[in-house]
Amino acid sequence: MINLTIDNRKVAVEEGSTILEAAKSVGINIPTLCYLKDINVIGACRICLVDVKGARTFIPSCVAPVSEGMVVNTHTPNLIKARKLVLELILSDHPMECLTCKRNGNCELQKLAEEFGLSEIRFEGAKTEYPIDDSSPALIRDPRKCILCRRCISVCTNIQSVQALTVENRGFNSLVAPAFNEKLANMECVQCGQCSLVCPTGAIVEQDDTDKVWAALADPKKHVVVQTAPATRVQIGETIGAEPGTIATGQMVAGLRSLGFDKVFDTDFSADLTILEEGNELLQRVTTGGVLPMITSCSPGWIKFIEHFYPDLLPHLSTCKSPQQMFGALAKTYYAQKEGIDPKDIYSVSIMPCTAKKYECQRPEMFSSGYQDVDVVLTTRELGRMFKQSGMSMTNLPEEEYDAPLGISTGAGELFGASGGVMEAALRTVYEVVTGKELEDINFTACRGITGVKEATVNVGDLPVSVAITNGLGNARKVLDKIRAGEAGYHFIEVMCCPGGCIGGGGSPIPTNLDVRLKRIDAVYTEDERMVLRKSHQNPAVQDLYAEFLEKPLGHKSHELLHTHYTERDHYPKEEC
Amino acid sequence: MVACTCGCGEDELTKQLDKVIDEYRGQPSGLIQVLTKAQNLIGYLPLWVQTRIAKGLGVSLQEVYGVVTFYAFFSLIPRGRHKIAVCAGTACYVKGSKTVLKTLREVLGVKEGQTTPDSRFTVEVVRCIGACGLAPAMIIDGKDVHGRLEPEQIPGILEQYA
Repeated sequence: MINLTIDNRKVAVEEGSTILEAAKSVGINIPTLCYLKDINVIGACRICLVDVKGARTFIPSCVAPVSEGMVVNTHTPNLIKARKLVLELILSDHPMECLTCKRNGNCELQKLAEEFGLSEIRFEGAKTEYPIDDSSPALIRDPRKCILCRRCISVCTNIQSVQALTVENRGFNSLVAPAFNEKLANMECVQCGQCSLVCPTGAIVEQDDTDKVWAALADPKKHVVVQTAPATRVQIGETIGAEPGTIATGQMVAGLRSLGFDKVFDTDFSADLTILEEGNELLQRVTTGGVLPMITSCSPGWIKFIEHFYPDLLPHLSTCKSPQQMFGALAKTYYAQKEGIDPKDIYSVSIMPCTAKKYECQRPEMFSSGYQDVDVVLTTRELGRMFKQSGMSMTNLPEEEYDAPLGISTGAGELFGASGGVMEAALRTVYEVVTGKELEDINFTACRGITGVKEATVNVGDLPVSVAITNGLGNARKVLDKIRAGEAGYHFIEVMCCPGGCIGGGGSPIPTNLDVRLKRIDAVYTEDERMVLRKSHQNPAVQDLYAEFLEKPLGHKSHELLHTHYTERDHYPKEEC
Repeated sequence: MVACTCGCGEDELTKQLDKVIDEYRGQPSGLIQVLTKAQNLIGYLPLWVQTRIAKGLGVSLQEVYGVVTFYAFFSLIPRGRHKIAVCAGTACYVKGSKTVLKTLREVLGVKEGQTTPDSRFTVEVVRCIGACGLAPAMIIDGKDVHGRLEPEQIPGILEQYA
């Protein structure tokens, strides 16, 4: 242990700790801006400066290691002055469009300016001018608001292993962008939106599609249906200040109905359906010598990743569409027929913790109903925005139930929100379908948790089924490299693009950090336990769907509507003459 | 030597570039060495060269482009036969490096960072070259120091370089 003094208090911390960590351990708060625990620790912004006795200059506490006998002050008058100066310099090249910024009220830079009580910026000079890049269906880049903290680059490179962004040029001309300042839509960017979660300002934000939804709700000719992803019910509360991990399923349903949606349905329904299709696909591959391991295909960021970086492994992907797209295809076919509604009048909205879903719904493969199957995708953040715009106090609404039939679900469907959930849901069903016996314990706890790569072997009758579960694309890469090397003896692999699974998706409320992710994961399992039915094959609405429409899993109609194919993509630009 | 830039790998220049890359194939740590050799070979580092290097070393194009734009040594545009480096260190700045640049602009018709259409000169601004006693100064081709420059001397100096 290392002993030091911070603000006249004795602190003992492990060797190798930083001054910032040491201060935090005794409840002393040092302001930070570029710092992001475990992800971006580079000492770039200089807001976290502290006064270390005997040091020639102020020291950035986020990167400075503690040493024995060190004497640190965190808020001398000169330090406050220095931090204010740093803030003023950052703000001297900031567009100051706070009132019309998507991050208004939830911006780390704005918050610091407020905390430091800045009343004027003494420095006038050149301002960074770059065009806004709104080429991507999921994300908008506005480099003018960028403070060059590099958090987005760190998360994209080190966590997701995509590296679609870099710092170009130097000094005042520094720009965070893809190479050659190319448009994001033309890059290997997988649209996961993790950058938008970590951006301290509004330099990277989601595409806002709320106006499209308001317009559809205002159109009397449109029958507007909405589906809500498993993770959204454990997130939406946070958009209006509730504690992370708050479950607001019934309130969210009531709120959506109050906004004017004609039917409030649930992606948990099509998650159950996914399990039946995907579970049967797995059994078919195992019994007929198909390509193994089979890998899940629910996560559109993950799909784009494998298409760009591991196109040789595409045959390993399940051909199942994601639950969002299965729902979309059925809403404009099965549901339209059942209710006698012309599918061209159905406007299909989905609420997702995800930015990549905005990209997914526009893919050319996703028009199997004869129309765009899902018309528009809103992130959890955007739904929160709609609730705010309506003036509705969602959390005070009495709880309501989802509509039948596409709103009926089981706990297994809900599990899709957390890493390991698709696997656990699949195992619950595959076990009972194969053995004909009821599971004694339906909780597959080995699948749960936020560990990057989880492995388990489950005995399904006589067959030991070997599975792997990964979250975060950097972890997926490890498993994919094993497959390439022929060292992966798994039958089934679940991949979720974002750390922790969909509850940590790029469309989640901000902040989304490790603590918040863990609380949302707990909430997903609580929600599962609250359900009467917890196995996908017991979903009565899914059983009806097969009886009335699809006939059987992997049948002709299923293949037409619920399954898809993938596209090989390069992750380098074409070299042109 | 004419380069086909389609990356087909058929032309002589691409083959030579591939030879440079082969030394470090699959080794991201060789990036700066490869970029240096590639620029010596081709004269500059356009998109097709960077892409080929990124693929060869197994790094993202963003990684390559970030390095290329960080170091002043690397160039994204074709270089002229002669490189004029105008010193903008403190002493030269005070003694009139702006006038030197203005004159170059008038005589050659290009701004700093640009190359003349006949590929004869590339004009660059550099930080202190350590010749403060000769301020304002410029270096041509990395070796010829021209100091205490007066605007009217500049056309004559340039004539020495074909």
